[in-house]
Parts: sequence; structure tokens; C-alpha cells
Amino acid sequence: MDDAAKLKEFDDRIARGEIFEPKDWMPERLRKQLIRMMSQHAHSEVVGMLPEGNWITRAPSLRRKMILLAKVQDEGGHGLYIYSGVESLGVRREDLIDELHAGKAKYSSIFNYPSLLWSDMGAIGWLVDGAAIVNQTTLAKCSFGPYARAMIRICKEENFHKKQGYEILSTMMAGTPAQRAMAQDSINRWWWPSLMMFGPTDKDSPNSIDLMRWGIKRKSNDDLRQRFIDMTVPQAHAIGLTIPDPALKFNKETGHWEIGPINWEEFFNVINGNGPCNKERIAARKHAHDEGKWVREAAVAYAQKHSSLERRAA
Amino acid sequence: MATSNNAALFDFLLRLGDDQLVLGQRLAEWCGHGPILEEDIALANISLDLFGHAQAVLNLAGEMEGQGRDADKLAYFREAIEFKNCLLVEQPRGDFAYTIARQIVFSLRAYLLWDELTKSSNETLAGIAGKAKKESRYHVTHASEWVLRLGDGTADSHARLQNALDEVWRFTKDLFATDAIEQQLADQKIIPNLGGLYGKWLTMLQELITKATLRMPDPGMFMQLGGRTGKHTEHLGHMLSELQILPRSYPDARW
Ligand SMILES: [Fe+2]
Ligand SMILES: [Fe+2]
Repeated sequence: MDDAAKLKEFDDRIARGEIFEPKDWMPERLRKQLIRMMSQHAHSEVVGMLPEGNWITRAPSLRRKMILLAKVQDEGGHGLYIYSGVESLGVRREDLIDELHAGKAKYSSIFNYPSLLWSDMGAIGWLVDGAAIVNQTTLAKCSFGPYARAMIRICKEENFHKKQGYEILSTMMAGTPAQRAMAQDSINRWWWPSLMMFGPTDKDSPNSIDLMRWGIKRKSNDDLRQRFIDMTVPQAHAIGLTIPDPALKFNKETGHWEIGPINWEEFFNVINGNGPCNKERIAARKHAHDEGKWVREAAVAYAQKHSSLERRAA
Repeated sequence: MATSNNAALFDFLLRLGDDQLVLGQRLAEWCGHGPILEEDIALANISLDLFGHAQAVLNLAGEMEGQGRDADKLAYFREAIEFKNCLLVEQPRGDFAYTIARQIVFSLRAYLLWDELTKSSNETLAGIAGKAKKESRYHVTHASEWVLRLGDGTADSHARLQNALDEVWRFTKDLFATDAIEQQLADQKIIPNLGGLYGKWLTMLQELITKATLRMPDPGMFMQLGGRTGKHTEHLGHMLSELQILPRSYPDARW
């Protein structure tokens, strides 16, 4: 069968709603896009541990500390599942990590903002994990088996992440004036970046076309963003938070909340390495990786030594 | 003046709970910064277990004290001199070799201690110990595997771990330091006699260290003492200023 025929067959499979696996034939272009998309996702989980990791040692109660630690640990686990999903496409985790550290691979722009207050743990859980859930629930139905399965597993944990974040904010909003002011400040800083998490508006999203064609992306960036806005605005209002958007209004006819313009210049700046924490995030990851080199080498040396000892004994 | 049994138990539980709390905090510092992603997860897991033990033990300590303090009050509103943890756990996290050297020294004793404490006549304490014993068995396994890998890995990892073991060793006497309070609790059969712990610990550790091609640190080394009586190193105060910042800044707030 020539490539044109294989492509036709693949297109038909996708049209029938079938799931494809790593060993199946797939267009080379799609394989590359999947590697790019999934590795970005895995990197986001791991880099995303940093802004929240920043508050574990300062959490205001033992209960909050344990919840946050468990949450950040989950994100590490998500990174692991997704990396092993990408590895099924014939790449190695180490190489993907090297690309991240060399500034060649991207990750979610949101993690380049600093966590300045405890209430940021609330905002991140509620908004960032909330946005991730909207994205990942549709990815759980995507056509690539390993990705879809990883998303199903991850979504269960994300719901707990979102809930704990909202609980942090609602407790603070029911607290002292200082706590309410902190909670509001967090929303002021995290609201717009969380809307940017869905990516550029559809007409500026060059990779979307292929990913939509082959059933990886099933909803457009703008559709997902709107779903998130409609879900989140009433939750903010319910606990007395103000959305930092003077243009925000509810359209009774469409049933949707309409927002003011997103600052895409800021988004592209952050994506291109000029966000408030881009340098620090990569530096922290790279530092951990470089400092860990001797540990990984020791583990390899030990495993080699002992497998050859066992062979000799056998 | 004789100490009441509740007051003695309060003091003993602070030692036990503060050890877990302070080491949990040190291990949490690794989250996001481990040598490999799997280790970020493993160390966070152990840290979580330790915080869980700390919370249970300090809540019980508060009950024994009878002044209405719970685990959070005890964790967030005491000064360094009121903490009863051993010196070992408050030392900065150091490199991965230091962390592993501390983990094996600490977890092995913790496992043996929890095992003894399952026999406590205080049912709450015995219950906590039963659960903590299972979790600390995993902590021992985790640390032992790394002792073998690093000790018998590369020349570099061997040297680093040997150096770290020599470094932590001066705090091991403090880890086992005992006094009239423990004796009283043992005499009253509230906790078992813990006199046999050190010997068992040393034997198990020696076996592992030898298997890892390492050598035992110099037994004649000068030993630092003081943790159990609140005479800490300067590191604890810095750790507490970070740990306690929010409740101390907003004492009326609920979180
Ligand atoms: Fe996640
Ligand atoms: Fe999450």
C-alpha cells in the first residue's frame, strides 16, 4: 500500500471515531505534532510544580500543607504518565527534557507567572487546574490511545486539585479583610493568564488544523475558553470575588459571558521567553537536572553492575 | 518535683511529633527539585507520610497537655527552644547523598521505634504507631535502595555518600538520647522500654552499609546533643520562620 492509500485508510479510521495506537501507521506530520503537543503537556506538568512548590513550606496549616504537597506530587505523576505516552512514539524522555532546558520546547505560559501570596495556591488550583480540566476532558476523548488514557486517569485528580483551590479562596473570602484582599489580588493576577492557557484565538493557531483533522483536538481554543469562562464567572461571584474585566457582561440571548479583549501581546511575550519567571523556571529545572546527574549515573552504574553479577551467577 | 504521667507523655510526644514535622518540612523542600522526576514523587510521598504522623502525634500531645492546643497550634506557635526534635532532622537538606544518609539513619530508627510503640498502653498512640510502622517500612526500603545504588554505584556517588554518612553521624547520639521522662513512661508501662533500640539499629545499619561497600563512620567521633531539651542548631529558627509565617502574621485568620 502506498502512502496515499495509507493516509486514506487512516483518515477513514479517524472518521469512524476509531482510536489509534503507537504501533499503528500514522501520518509522519501527525506523529511530529503529537510528540510536540504531548511533550509540551508533560513539561507543563513538571514546570507547573514550581509555582505551587514555592508555598509548600509556608502553607498555613498542616492540613493545607498536606493537600498542597499531595497536589504537587500528583502533577509530577501526570508528567510521568504523559512522558511515557510520548515515549511510545519513539522518542526518549531525556531528549525531550534536554530540549526543554535548551529553550527549544515550550510549556504552558501560565507557569511563568510568580506565586506571590498563599491565595495564589487557591487561584492556581481553581483557575489553572480548572482550565486544564476543560482542556483535558476533551483530550480524554481524543483519537490517540495513550494520550486519551493518560487524560482519563489525570482528570480524576484534576477535579480534586480544582476543588482544593476553590476551597482555599472561599475560606479566605469568608475570613478577615486582609484575607479577602489577598484573594482578590490573586484573581486580579491569575484571571487573564488562565484565559490565555487555551492558546491563541483560532485564526492564529497554526497547528490546530491537523490536530483537529485527526481527532486529537476536538474543540477549538475559543470554544474551550468560552466553556471555561461560563463555568468560572458564577463561581467567582458566588464567593464575592470580582473578575478583573470591566467589559465582562452576560449575554442573555446566547447564554454566554462575554469578556473584554485578551492582551495577546503579553501572551506572545511570555511564550517567547519574556514572562516574569521564564528564566527562573528553566534555571530551576536545569539546576535540579544538573545536580542530579551524578545520582542518575550512579543508578545506571549500579543496575549494570548488578545485572552482570546476576548473569554470572546464573 | 515529680512529673505527672500526662506531662511526661506530652514531652515524649513532642519529641516524636517534632521529628516527623521537621523532617517532613526538609523533605518537602525537594519537591520540584529532585534528581529525577520519580524521586520528586517518592520524597514528596515520604514527606506527606511524615506530616500525617506529625499531625496525629501532635494532636495527641495537645490532648495530654490539656491546654486546648492542637497540632496546628503546636506546630505554628512555638519558638525554636520549645521544639523537641533531634538535631539530625533540622539540618539543611544538603545534596541528595546527605538526604539519603539522613533518611536511612532516621527511618531505620523510626521503624524500630514505631514497632515498639504499637505496644503502648495508650491506645491512640498504639494506633498511630501501627499505621506509621507500615509507612516507615517503605521509607526504610526507599532509603536502603539508594544507599546500595549510591554506595555501590560510581566512585563519585560512593565518595559522596560516605562523606554524607560521616557528616550525619555526629547527630546519631542525639537521635537516641534518652532521659528520666522516657524512663518514667517505661516504668509506668505507658511505652515499652526503648533501651534495646540502639543496638538493633546499629546492627541493621552496619549490615546495609557493608553491603553497599561503605564503611561505618568513626565511632569515637564527638557527638552533638541537645535537640530533646530544646538546644538546637541555628537552622531550626530559619526553618520555623518559613513554616510559621502565615499564622504568625495573621493570628486571627482561619485558612
Ligand atoms: Fe496535572
Ligand atoms: Fe492539577
